[in-house]
Amino acid sequence: MTSASQSAPGRYSAIERLRAKARRVRALIVKESRQMLRDPSSVAIGIVLPVILILLFGFGLSLDVKNVPLAVVLEDSSYDAGELIGSFQLSSYFRPQITHSMPAAQALMIEGHVDGIVRIPQDFARRVSAGDAEIQVLVHGGDANRARIIQGYVAGAVATWSARQAAEGKAVVAEPVGVQTRLWFNDANDSHYFLVPGLIVLVMTLIGGLLTAMVMAREWERGTLEALFVTPVRSDEILLGKTIPYFLLGMIGLLLCVLSAKYLFHVPLRGTFTVLLAASTLYVLVALGIGLLISSWVKNQLVASQLTMLATFMPAFMLSGFLFDLRSMPTAVRLITYGLPARYYVALLQTVFLAGDVWWVLIPNAAVLATMAVLLALGSRAATRKQLS
Amino acid sequence: MRSNMLFAILRIIALTRKELLAVLKDRRARMSLLVPPIVQGLVFGYAATYDLNHVPYAVLDQNRSVASRQLLAGLDGSGVFQRVADLRSPADLMDVIDRQRALLVVQIDQDFERRLAAGQSAVVQVIADGRNSNTAATATSYVNSVVAAFNARWRRDHSLPGPTVQVTNRAWFNPNLETRWYMLPGMIGTLTLIQTMMLTAMSVAREREQGTFDQLLVTPFRPFEIMAGKALPSMLVGLVQATGVLLVAQLWFRIPFAGSLFTLYTGLLFFLLAAVGIGLLLSAVAATMQQAMLYSLLLILPFSLLSGLTTPLSNMPSLLQYFTAINPLRYAIDIARRVYLEGVGLNVLTGDLWPLALIAAITLTAASWMFTHRMQ
Repeated sequence: MTSASQSAPGRYSAIERLRAKARRVRALIVKESRQMLRDPSSVAIGIVLPVILILLFGFGLSLDVKNVPLAVVLEDSSYDAGELIGSFQLSSYFRPQITHSMPAAQALMIEGHVDGIVRIPQDFARRVSAGDAEIQVLVHGGDANRARIIQGYVAGAVATWSARQAAEGKAVVAEPVGVQTRLWFNDANDSHYFLVPGLIVLVMTLIGGLLTAMVMAREWERGTLEALFVTPVRSDEILLGKTIPYFLLGMIGLLLCVLSAKYLFHVPLRGTFTVLLAASTLYVLVALGIGLLISSWVKNQLVASQLTMLATFMPAFMLSGFLFDLRSMPTAVRLITYGLPARYYVALLQTVFLAGDVWWVLIPNAAVLATMAVLLALGSRAATRKQLS
Repeated sequence: MRSNMLFAILRIIALTRKELLAVLKDRRARMSLLVPPIVQGLVFGYAATYDLNHVPYAVLDQNRSVASRQLLAGLDGSGVFQRVADLRSPADLMDVIDRQRALLVVQIDQDFERRLAAGQSAVVQVIADGRNSNTAATATSYVNSVVAAFNARWRRDHSLPGPTVQVTNRAWFNPNLETRWYMLPGMIGTLTLIQTMMLTAMSVAREREQGTFDQLLVTPFRPFEIMAGKALPSMLVGLVQATGVLLVAQLWFRIPFAGSLFTLYTGLLFFLLAAVGIGLLLSAVAATMQQAMLYSLLLILPFSLLSGLTTPLSNMPSLLQYFTAINPLRYAIDIARRVYLEGVGLNVLTGDLWPLALIAAITLTAASWMFTHRMQ
C-alpha cells in the first residue's frame, strides 16, 4: 500500500483514511455518550438495574436446607429414643416438633407446616437392645431436591447418634463401609457460592441485550438511523460508536455486581481479577452483540425487547448450567445449550470465582465466547447495511 | 335494568372480539403467543431438573482388592456414574476435578479390605467438585445409596448383623423424588406470566400512544367495560398458554395429575386476573409504550425468580418474603403444584386464592380509576 500513499491527488492514503475513520468514530462515541448520559432510562438499565437485581436475587435465591420443620412422632418414651431426638434437636438443620400420634403429624404435613415426619416406633428401645431397631422417615416429596437433602440429613443425624452410642461403649453395630464426603471449592456447602456468580451471568445477559436492543431499535423506529446513513459515516462506524459507550456502561454494571458478590455475599474470588475482567469483557461484548443483531433484524423496540427477554433471559436461567447440571440433560437439549453464550460464561465465572485460574477450563470457554463476539459483530454489520426499507 | 346488563355484556363481547382480532390477526403474532410456552415447556421440562443421570467420576483405588472392585462395580452398574479415569496417585486427584473431567473422585484407602475383613468399619472418601454445590451434594447422595447397597450385600454374604438402627424412607406425592414432577406444574404459571402481563401492559399503552384510546373513551363504553374488554383477551391467551404447558406435562412427560381440572382452572383464573390487573395498572401508569415495556420487565424478572419455582420461598430472608406477597406467580405455582401433585381441593387453597383476588381487586380498581382520571 506504499504506492497508494503517494497516489494521485483526490485519493486518500490508507493512513489518512484510517485517521478520518477514527475521527468519525470518536465523534459518534461522543454523541452517543452524551445521548446515553442524558437519557435516564439507559443509565437506569445499565447501572441501577444490575445492582437491584443482584441484591434481590442474591438474597432471595438459596438452595441451602436449614431449619427444616420436622414432625417427630415419639411413640416410645425411653431414654434411647430421647437421646436420638436430642441429636435432631441439636442439629441446625432441623426444627423438630414433637407429636405423639401419626395422624397428627400427617395433618401437619398436609397443611404444609412440616416438610417431613420422623417416626420412632413404640418398641424402639427394646429393639435397639435386640440390635434391629427401625425408624421411619416420611418426606413431602413435592420439592424432590429438598426432600432428598432432608433424607440425607436424617441419615446423618442417626449416624451421629450411633457413633455417640458406640463411643459410650454401647453395643451398636456400624455400617461396614462409611462414606466421607468433601466438597471442594465450597467446604461450607453454601449455595450462594455458585448462585451469585450465576446471577451475574443472568443479570449481564439481560442488561447487555436490553441496552442495545432498545437503543438500536429506537433509532430504526424513529428513522434517525436513516439520517446517519446520508452522512459519510459507514455502518461499521455507526456500530462501533453505539457499542463502545454501552459497553462501558455494561462494564460498570458488571463491576458493581462483582463487588457485591465479593463483599456482600462473601463469595471467594480465587482466580485473578484480570482473568475475571477479561472473561467478562468478552461476555458483555457478546450480550451487546445479541441485542444489536436482534434490533437491526426486527427494527421495533417492543418486539426487540420481548425477543431479547425470550431469547436470552429464560434460556440463561434454565439452560446455562447456572442451576441445573448440563451433563444430565438429554442430547437434544444439550445441543441447544452449546449455542448459548451464557453457558460458557457460567463455566468461566464459577471456575474463576471458586476454583481459580484453571486454564484448561478457561481457555476453551473464552475461545468460544470470542468467536461468538466476532460472529455477532459481523452479523450485525451485515444487518446494518446502509439501506432504506 | 336487565337490558342494560345485557347491552353491557354485548359491548364487552364486542370489544373482546375486536381486541382478540387485533392480537391474533397475523400469523406471526399468533405463533409468537402459542409456540413459546409449548417449546419452553418441552425444553425446560427436560432441562430444569436437579436429578442427575450422567455423573462422570474418577477412581483412586489404592487397595485394588476384590472388595474395592465390588464396590466400584456397584457405581459402574448404576447407570448414573461413568468412570472417566483411573487415577494412580493422590496428586492426579486435583487435576481431574479442576479441569471438570470428573464431577467426583472416589478414593479407596490401602487398608480397605483388611479393615472390612477384620470387622472394623472402612471408609470411602468422596471428593466432589463444589463449583455447583447442589449438583455435588446430589451426586454424593447417589454414592451413598450405592455404598448402602454394597453394605447390605456385604452383611448378607458375611452373615453379619444388620445395623442397630435402620432408617426406612418414604416420600409422599412424588415417590421417586423426581424434580421434574415439581418443576413442570410450576411452569404452568411461570411460562404464561411473561406474555400475559406484557400483552395487557402494551395493549392500552399502544392505544394511548396512537391516540385511539381517546376515541374509545368517547364511545358508549363505560370505563369498566373498556377494562373488561382489555382484560378478557389477555386472560384467554393466558388460559390457552397454560393449557399448552399442562398438556406438555401430562402427555409428553406423563406426570400423573392427581387433582381436578376444575380446581386448577379456577386457580388459574384467579392468577390471570391478578396478572392482567397488574398489567393494566402498569399501562395506566406508563406514559409511553417503552415505559410500559420497561415497567413490566422490571416486575416480571423478580416475579419469576422469586416465586418458589427453582428455590424455596422459605429460604428467603423475611423482608423478601413479605415482598413476594404481591407476586401473583408465587400463589399460582403453589396452586398448580398442590392441585397437580397432591390433588387438593379449593378449600385447602383459600390461602392462595384470597391474596390473588385481593391483588386483582386493588390493581383493577386503581387502573380503572386512573383511566378515567388521566384524561388530559
